Amino acid sequence: MNLHEYQAKQLFAEYGLPVSKGYAVDNAEDAAAAADKLGGSKWVVKAQVHAGGRGKAGGVKLVSSKEEIRAFADKWLGKNLVTYQTDANGQPVSKILVETCTDIAQELYLGAVIDRSSRRIVFMASTEGGVEIEKVAEESPEKILRAIIDPLCGAQPFQARELAFKLGLNDLQVKQFTQLFLGLARLFADLDLALLEINPLVITSEGNLHCLDGKINIDGNAMFRQPKLRAMHDPSQDDEREARAAKWELNYVALDGNIGCMVNGAGLAMGTMDIVQLHGGRPANFLDVGGGATKERVTEAFKIILSDKNVQAVLINIFGGIVRCDMIAEGIIGAVAEVGVTVPVVVRLEGNNAELGRKVLGDSGLNIIAASSLTDAAEKVVAAAGGVK
Amino acid sequence: MSILLTKETRVICQGFTGSQGTFHSEQAIQYGTRMVGGVTPGKGGQIHLGLPVFNTVKDAVKETGAEASVIYVPAPFCKDSILEAAFAGIKLIVCITEGIPTLDMLDVKVKCDELGVRLIGPNCPGVITPGESKIGIMPGNIHKKGKVGIVSRSGTLTYEAVKQTTDFGFGQSSCVGIGGDPIPGSNFIDILALFEKDDQTEAIVMIGEIGGTAEEEAAAYIKKFVTKPVVSYIAGVTAPAGKRMGHAGAIISGGKGTAAEKFVALNDAGVKTVKSLADIGKGIKDLTGW
Repeated sequence: MNLHEYQAKQLFAEYGLPVSKGYAVDNAEDAAAAADKLGGSKWVVKAQVHAGGRGKAGGVKLVSSKEEIRAFADKWLGKNLVTYQTDANGQPVSKILVETCTDIAQELYLGAVIDRSSRRIVFMASTEGGVEIEKVAEESPEKILRAIIDPLCGAQPFQARELAFKLGLNDLQVKQFTQLFLGLARLFADLDLALLEINPLVITSEGNLHCLDGKINIDGNAMFRQPKLRAMHDPSQDDEREARAAKWELNYVALDGNIGCMVNGAGLAMGTMDIVQLHGGRPANFLDVGGGATKERVTEAFKIILSDKNVQAVLINIFGGIVRCDMIAEGIIGAVAEVGVTVPVVVRLEGNNAELGRKVLGDSGLNIIAASSLTDAAEKVVAAAGGVK
Repeated sequence: MSILLTKETRVICQGFTGSQGTFHSEQAIQYGTRMVGGVTPGKGGQIHLGLPVFNTVKDAVKETGAEASVIYVPAPFCKDSILEAAFAGIKLIVCITEGIPTLDMLDVKVKCDELGVRLIGPNCPGVITPGESKIGIMPGNIHKKGKVGIVSRSGTLTYEAVKQTTDFGFGQSSCVGIGGDPIPGSNFIDILALFEKDDQTEAIVMIGEIGGTAEEEAAAYIKKFVTKPVVSYIAGVTAPAGKRMGHAGAIISGGKGTAAEKFVALNDAGVKTVKSLADIGKGIKDLTGW
């Protein structure tokens, strides 16, 4: 689960980290009022969406009048912001953050992530803060400094000092960086984070370290023990169909093809998309119905797949491990009848009672094409969707 | 031989009296697994499925000499259950449960390594040595005793590979689902090393998927240390890059992790890769001449 910048900064503040004073608001009047409360003559206004690259997309602006603040609010609130990290539709802006303005002397990068290879939380820091950090990592990886956190000891001050000196910080900044590093490490562990990023971490014109941005991603598996973070969830940032699927414990991701896919198991679902493409078709979605492909869930899966108007045929690929294929076949028939599916449906059943399952489908009298193998299924569904394009 | 598991291996189940534990323990007993008991705190002294229930893993190990444990307890309690088994002297722990917090796994992995415990999973179908014993949720009947070792990150994809190697008549020595979580107890390399040493295993199937760099690391290992023929399939060529937030994920992976890069790394290591998941069995046939 992702948090908004203003929520991340709220957490940073609770952990004693230096952030700008600011207010997250959802209308132009409150935005202007926020500027009054903050005082001063210059402010920063930032559209709150779950994506990076906001600055380049016009979602961040330095302003020096309340008229400008109102104009920014009117421009973005209720609209979608498209950045290079979003899809083509972008993410809806329902809040903007109005902050005090910070004078910047230098931009650094500081991030932390769970690294699968080393099986550790790894902090990364660089003098090359800002939007080009990925390019820096690719072209000059030596400029990305790393600190690996031991799971049993936790983050230690010496690790912060090692990074700080290599970043070329002065004595005061080394102390500030150490506090920042230890605070972030505590926050990462306490709140079950998967990713944490401050880009840029700036040195102000007065020479102090300051968190100018904040991105936080929380491990979805740990939400059961993070009630406070659960309350911060903003459903407006989730894809509508994906969220609906999640309610039924279906894992759905929309794609831009015309062949709907319904599969049990995430790996097999990806494998099925791959084989459809290999035979010249274009998958319309990824959908994992999970182990218990019951009639209710298959029905709901059909509704979600068919809500995509591009879908011209559906491929159902189920490997019945413990569950019986004849039961799955009954579920599919019930769902096709209930939803009133009009596009051709190709079904490949394998595993437990597959033979019987295929017979049940064949006898149903519905527009269901039984496939004898995975390859056969891919060929049939591509043909049913109008052939190779 | 086989790897990890034989018909002699004494197995207990943690979460034994729950619905999952009960169902899959029954299936395992039917298959021939030497189940010797189970653990459910507070239900010690009872008999379940004709086997003794213990309050603690320590008691179970003492009374039954259990060497392996399969875990079906809910995700919030898995860290505790895995560590309980590890500290009680269990040497093979198979955790089926999905949804364990990643930070829990960081700690668990360190401790299991320190104690010399082989952890398989979490979020996996388990381990099977066909014709002898199974620990996990895979359907026993699609397997056939034989000579192909299978290791996979995905449950249902493992079943596809099993079915194809059974249909071709090759059979399997052992099949290991290492699970799809970011921090698995065992990775491809751990299992490849076991297959390489195992007499019964004459060829290896490795099934990967997008994300992380485990396949790239396995490719480097195969190039150096694996002499047996390896066939590999990677799922997710068509998977979208997806919405992202921030850069840290991309920086740490250094641009690796796509299916295309994994295929390149594996081909470079002399692995026979197949682009269609339907071609795994055929891939082995072509590579070995069987």
